[in-house]
Amino acid sequence: MQKENIAKFLLACLLMFVSFNSQAFSAKEPQEGEDAKVNTEEEIQAYIDHHLQDSYYVNFFSDGETGAHYGFPLPVILWDGGLKVFSSGKFHHGEDIVEVDGQHYRLYHSHIYKTDAEGTITYNEAGFPANERPWDFSITKNVLTMILVSILMLIIFSQLAKTYQKRAFPKKFGRVLEPLVLYVRDEIAKPNIGKNYRKYTGFLLTVFFFIWILNLLGMTPLGVNVTGNIAVTFALALVTFIIVQFSGNKDYWKHIFWMPGVPVPMKIILAPIEVLGMFTKPFALMIRLFANMTAGHVIVMTLVGLIVIFQNWIAGPAFFGFTIFISVIELLVAFLQAYIFTLLSALYIGMAVEEHDHEHPADNEDIPVL
Amino acid sequence: MEKLVNDFSFGLFFWQIIILVVLILLLKKFAWKPILDALNAREQGIQDALDSAENARKEMQNLQADNEKLLKEARIERDNMIKEAREIKERMISEAKEEAQKEGEKMIVQAKATIQNEKNAALADLKNKVATLSVEIAEKVVREELSTKAKQEKLVEDMLDDVTLN
Repeated sequence: MQKENIAKFLLACLLMFVSFNSQAFSAKEPQEGEDAKVNTEEEIQAYIDHHLQDSYYVNFFSDGETGAHYGFPLPVILWDGGLKVFSSGKFHHGEDIVEVDGQHYRLYHSHIYKTDAEGTITYNEAGFPANERPWDFSITKNVLTMILVSILMLIIFSQLAKTYQKRAFPKKFGRVLEPLVLYVRDEIAKPNIGKNYRKYTGFLLTVFFFIWILNLLGMTPLGVNVTGNIAVTFALALVTFIIVQFSGNKDYWKHIFWMPGVPVPMKIILAPIEVLGMFTKPFALMIRLFANMTAGHVIVMTLVGLIVIFQNWIAGPAFFGFTIFISVIELLVAFLQAYIFTLLSALYIGMAVEEHDHEHPADNEDIPVL
Repeated sequence: MEKLVNDFSFGLFFWQIIILVVLILLLKKFAWKPILDALNAREQGIQDALDSAENARKEMQNLQADNEKLLKEARIERDNMIKEAREIKERMISEAKEEAQKEGEKMIVQAKATIQNEKNAALADLKNKVATLSVEIAEKVVREELSTKAKQEKLVEDMLDDVTLN
């Protein structure tokens, strides 16, 4: 009985979140012009695309009837023959062309393009805007989210560090964090890296919590999709790549360029494959996290969109149920992807720092098979 | 792919790299290092405490064994002492008995001898007294018998008669 009540309560909470999200579908798209509501397939498709993109605004929700947006603009920082800083509010959600130092900029489908005074956009053969884009270092919604998450992490974990000065076992929230820290150290860093694990545990812990918190934030109605952005996952994978290459020992490089234990022609064939492997590993990291998080967002939003499209009493609850089901799975995926990214990073570092011992084949049983 | 390339935001990548690197460095300095140090210290402390508890347990066991051994020894010693005491007691008693017997016998013998002596002395005395008395009586009788002349004659006559008869 007790369990049922808890389940009902959780359902109600999810319902609130989801209904809040679906509310947003009624919002007016800035580029859509006259249509007050988003309720056709194309509009929903555009809305989902828009959600997956980074944004120059923090938009809590919009009023579909009046076209009013509730949120705040973020600073736009451009480098275009000189530093240009202005508020994204000047774009009026893409409706206005901003002129800075005689140069016109237009916000078009979540990107800033250089245009003429009328805001003309030319297209290339693939159908993408061909206008020149300035170097864009704006503090976008994703950047702001990352900064806030970083500050949050700094506060939480430096607090945790402080509690250890007073007592051996943390209290309250620290009791939740400690097992996670221990988990990353004992289950990810130690078994995969080996005796030098301590050097890399800081990186692994940071990446794990960073990805996990951002993944979870993606589940909230705030509508941020940081880890589902390929620029972010590229940066994460790049850091892993650099750490792996810089911690690689002699054995690691030998295994890449001159594989021991195989005939010379094989060595020559294997070298380019191994070099390629150096890059495919972090590339897979980047794509895996990006694709998983994007897919999760697309599925959840599509299911919510289907409720709007069908608009009847049978499909509505059914898709609502699906949405909750997928949302719960996404909660798991949020953790899982953070775990996998950290685990594989640890694995790659472990491969780079591993001590090989090929002179004594009898000892090979001691070397973990990676 | 085209869309991915088109949507790739260099600015976001730039900030992400900076944020991530700064975050890693700051967290390492202010959070992970003290946290991991504290955890290690704690684990080391727990391990030490466990080890020392184990040592204490072993020591305790040793002590207990020692105590038991001591107790056992004490018990054996006590038993021995009791046994010895009993033996001594018995020996003393038997010795005392023997001594007493000997003494008694000796006293009895002495008493017997004394009694015999006394008896002998008394007998001798009695004999003497009886002899004296007999002599006195005989003297008196004789004196009585021979107090007159007639009587003396009669006696001689009687005696002579006896001799004739014989």
